[in-house]
Amino acid sequence: MPELSGWNELPVGGVVVPDESSRPRTGGWRTGVKPEVDLSKCVNCLLCWLYCPDSAVELDGTTFTGFDLTYCKGCEICAEVCPVDAVTMVPEEAAS
Amino acid sequence: MIETPLRLMTGGEAVAEAMRQIDPDVVPVYPITPQTPIIQGFAKFVAEGRAHAELVNVESEHSAMSAAIGAALAGGRTMTATSSQGLALMAEVVYIAASMRAPIVMAVGNRALSGPINIHCDHSDSMLVRDSGVVQLFAENAQEAYDLTVIAPRLAEHPDVLLPVLVCQDGFTITHSAEPVSLLEDDEVSRFVGGYDLPRRMLDTQSPTTQGPFAMPDYYFELRRQQTRALELALDVFAELAMEYEELSGRAYGPLDAYRVDGADRAIVSLGSSGGTIKDVVDELRDEGEATGLLEIVSFRPFPHERVAALLQDASSVIVLDRADSPGGAAPLYAEVAAALHDTGVALTGHVYGLGGRDLHPEDVRRIFAGHAERYVGLRGEPCPV
Repeated sequence: MPELSGWNELPVGGVVVPDESSRPRTGGWRTGVKPEVDLSKCVNCLLCWLYCPDSAVELDGTTFTGFDLTYCKGCEICAEVCPVDAVTMVPEEAAS
Repeated sequence: MIETPLRLMTGGEAVAEAMRQIDPDVVPVYPITPQTPIIQGFAKFVAEGRAHAELVNVESEHSAMSAAIGAALAGGRTMTATSSQGLALMAEVVYIAASMRAPIVMAVGNRALSGPINIHCDHSDSMLVRDSGVVQLFAENAQEAYDLTVIAPRLAEHPDVLLPVLVCQDGFTITHSAEPVSLLEDDEVSRFVGGYDLPRRMLDTQSPTTQGPFAMPDYYFELRRQQTRALELALDVFAELAMEYEELSGRAYGPLDAYRVDGADRAIVSLGSSGGTIKDVVDELRDEGEATGLLEIVSFRPFPHERVAALLQDASSVIVLDRADSPGGAAPLYAEVAAALHDTGVALTGHVYGLGGRDLHPEDVRRIFAGHAERYVGLRGEPCPV
């Protein structure tokens, strides 16, 4: 649990700046499943990157490299939109 | 200071002139009586090229305030106007404007809330957003409506404040009644209000932000306190700006207008245009040897409790006149004055008057000072004790 700020230490109006928005580790809320990718099937269309609501798809330039589980909440949208079924959701425990 | 000739105009026209001189960037607005003359006058200035605002003809007051928040936080000086049901429809978003710390200036033509539906003045619309966290200033006449509107952007945009400011004028009594008004020169107003600057603009692509974020139990309370603190600080900021404005205009303002309160045995506390009537009666009674006075509240939010107590603590009786009722409870102005005077021993009574535009006559004020008025001044039917 991070230390909480007092009322007089907060930005005016509770405005969130980029540095702060990366702090909540939303991967901790994950639903119990996480995405796994078969890179041999991936066609690098980047639909998963476009749709991911948590910006948890990692790229090297414009090349798909994987998922950032620090922020992935397990919503399964990436698996749903993947046109070549390269992404599958797997239970946390069974993950390799 | 340049002496400008007096011009005959209504409160609505005077505020439209103030808006032209302030020349805001964005004005999202929806018409409603008795505010309409304000925005009608301003829209004419825009059509003539004498004001340069993006006038956004939204589909409701809810949208007007929503658009105003976006514009103000994006980096444009933003003004709007409303009344009664418009303010009621807008109320949800007024709270959000205050919490997002959007420095919007809004003219309010005070009008009774429905029902029954009515178009005339009382303060029930302002009182509906009493606890929204916005600044509420009440004008006594068209001149004050103009002056307070010119001061308002500086107050709203002050770094210690950053809150919406509502400049309230009584519907019809001020909005539609012509009286002599002295306007500042355009360039004087431009210099006084200055440029629009925010600590963190929403539309800054180099430094993107999330504004108006969700707050859980771990932060909601803190963010509310931050907002109430800003409103508390607005009292001193307003007093400072009023002094600066006095140097420019020669007209003195402050959170309170104390009229012959010094040495007064009996004093009335009121809001808005009835102050003009009460001042006349105070003069008459003083001439007759009765030590009466009026304490007119200009800044209802934030409320100047300490100054009210200091000015009234030596009076033997204080009478609060509310132009809004709080059914089943204490009327709003009465509650504030009672809080201010709670440990002074001053005898306090309260009356509600003028609902739905019922006039307050000088003889009513005399009966109030004499202690002969009932709880509801001017009400027909079975008497209601104070």
